[in-house]
Amino acid sequence: MPRKKIKVSDKLEYLQILDEKARIDESLDPELDGDTLLNLHRLMLTTRLLDERMLALQRQGRIGTYAPVRGQEAVQIGTCYTLRSSDWVVQSFREPGVCFHRGWPIGSILQFWGGYEEGCAVPEGINDTPIAVPVASQLPHVMGLAWGMKMKGKDDVAIGYVGDGGTSEGDFHEALTFAGVFDAPAIFIVTNNQWAISHPRSRQVRAATLAQKASGYGIDGIQVDGNDVLAVYVATNEAIDKARAGGGPTLIEAVTYRLAMHTTADDPKKYRDDAEVAKWEKRDPLIRFDAYLRAKGVLDDKMDEEIRNDIKATLKSGVEAYEAARDVDPRDCFKYLYEDIPAELVAQAAEFDEALRHEGVTIGH
Amino acid sequence: MAQLNMVKALNLAMREGLAEDENVIIMGEDVGQDEGVFRVTEKLLAEFGPDRVIDTPLAEGAIVGTAVGLALYGMKPVCEMQFSGFAYQAYHQIEGHVSRFRNRTRGRFGMPIVVRMPFGGGIRAIEHHSESREALYAHNPGLKMVICSTPRNARALLLESIRHPDPVIFFEPKALYRAFKEEVPDEPETMKIGKAHVTRAGEDITLVSYGAMMRPVLEAADDLADEDGVSAEVVDLLTVSPMDTETIAASVSKTGRCVVVHEGPRTCGVGAEVVARLVESCFYHLEAPIRRITGYDVHFPYFAREQAFLPGADRIKRAVRETLVC
Ligand SMILES: Cc1ncc(C[n+]2csc(CCOP(=O)(O)OP(=O)(O)O)c2C)c(N)n1
Ligand SMILES: [Mg+2]
Repeated sequence: MPRKKIKVSDKLEYLQILDEKARIDESLDPELDGDTLLNLHRLMLTTRLLDERMLALQRQGRIGTYAPVRGQEAVQIGTCYTLRSSDWVVQSFREPGVCFHRGWPIGSILQFWGGYEEGCAVPEGINDTPIAVPVASQLPHVMGLAWGMKMKGKDDVAIGYVGDGGTSEGDFHEALTFAGVFDAPAIFIVTNNQWAISHPRSRQVRAATLAQKASGYGIDGIQVDGNDVLAVYVATNEAIDKARAGGGPTLIEAVTYRLAMHTTADDPKKYRDDAEVAKWEKRDPLIRFDAYLRAKGVLDDKMDEEIRNDIKATLKSGVEAYEAARDVDPRDCFKYLYEDIPAELVAQAAEFDEALRHEGVTIGH
Repeated sequence: MAQLNMVKALNLAMREGLAEDENVIIMGEDVGQDEGVFRVTEKLLAEFGPDRVIDTPLAEGAIVGTAVGLALYGMKPVCEMQFSGFAYQAYHQIEGHVSRFRNRTRGRFGMPIVVRMPFGGGIRAIEHHSESREALYAHNPGLKMVICSTPRNARALLLESIRHPDPVIFFEPKALYRAFKEEVPDEPETMKIGKAHVTRAGEDITLVSYGAMMRPVLEAADDLADEDGVSAEVVDLLTVSPMDTETIAASVSKTGRCVVVHEGPRTCGVGAEVVARLVESCFYHLEAPIRRITGYDVHFPYFAREQAFLPGADRIKRAVRETLVC
């Protein structure tokens, strides 16, 4: 027959385990132990409190423009919780929770937003890439890392983050094209927070979901409730297990919401209704998980207070470490450009040094 | 006459372009509802509607690539790259098609496209938001590379660029967006692309610059007059490509001395081209080696280090003083 239906994969699923009223679907419950549940809570709360601290620091002029992550904590923690240190994480620019869990010091997270290159100096022992500002440009790196893992016969995975807006960029398309063709252990997390600065999700693609983009590249895709940390956790772990076993790449669309402004330089009142924000406030991933843990008897007021105090102490020492390291030498902009500094640059560095001495610039802030 | 800052002046040029030619459209990320992240497209969506002022998906390659098709079909797209650091996602379209179409089609199809983008440092922005890569476009045949430096020339040059039959890469020095106001005529005013402007007349030395560096250059010229009694002539290139050799050569033939100032890296930068032209065209008038005060050949530092890095009046004055004693 010259005209007939083509069979394409229709595996696309949506996953929610804990609903907005904190009711669990028992058939889907991953039955995590109490410690794990508490840890997920602690990490989401750390992400939230860190974010609040960053906003305060920005308002006080102690860091520069900052991109808040409020509302997206479940996506961050659920996707990175079970990664091994030999796995790789490729962040975009809105993943402070992921960085914290991976072991980046708070001080170093602050340094990027404070205007210090030191914030991109990946701490020894951590297999992550630093913040990538050009939207979606980091996704081919995810695929490259995963490809390397495959070439070397390792059972590690590479996981990378991009926003809903980023799915429109050529780099997104090209990374997924390679991931499918070379069948590598790459996991792409699309944090669909509904907005790309002022553009709503509908301005990026006419398709009903971002998850379905996966099928265009012949890879698996799933859409999860990104405000349900259990759903994010389960979907990511399935993708990780599959990738480790040689089952190839996965695209996960986590549906969530950017509760705050795009960055501190942005005014969301210009393009979205407060009513929409209020609707999503009710779906706050922290409120939902908190209620679930209390109902289950895993969390009570006393524990919550202890956890909060712990986090506050961590944040306090992180901010102190950041502020103690603010005196930097501008002349070191020559230092790391190449392994061996060319003679021409040595001469320019001397010229810079002389200029600074003439201008009476003292090293420091 | 109205006192406008550069943001308002650029906005005025686009409003005039949209009003006078129904083929003109504005396209880019956050240019409509949000009115541009710097508000350069303020009220344009409200005034001209979503068919003329278009919020596109987040894809610079497609913004410029579709502009090529639109231009072939008679439209005049004015594309905004949100920051010059994100124009590389469109560079294959700019180099591969925008700059080549007229030549490839032996004159049949021109590319009346403007690609606007804020560039340069000084606003405490994060990485990729502070670079000056004008040399990249100046090096690319088939493009015009324009850089405004005041509200009045911003309006006049952008309106001229919108009317221009060939592609214009239009760099906006974002550090100057709201830095000062200037009288801008109410009637549409344009300035020719390809003409440098003698901003300050002088006798002893020529300072050549453009964009945001015009401010420290003019400050240095004032200080040199006050402190040393030196009369510096200041030339604002305005168009980096095609470069106005005649104006800079006439000035340097008169003064015999020259310092070129820009923020972008030194090697193969615009300053190198200025020096080469002066050596070719007025070598025998030169009394001293020409100096370049530029960004160093390193990546633009994150903002904690940027003020130390950016060339300032002090560095320019020292170069001038050293050049004058040669
Ligand atoms: C290639 C590129 N173009 C434009 C920008 C400017 N910009 C920064 S974030 C952003 C929106 C990104 O939206 P999305 O991918 O949904 O991520 P979110 O900000 O929501 O986390 C834009 C346009 C950029 N950083 N890189
Ligand atoms: Mg988004």
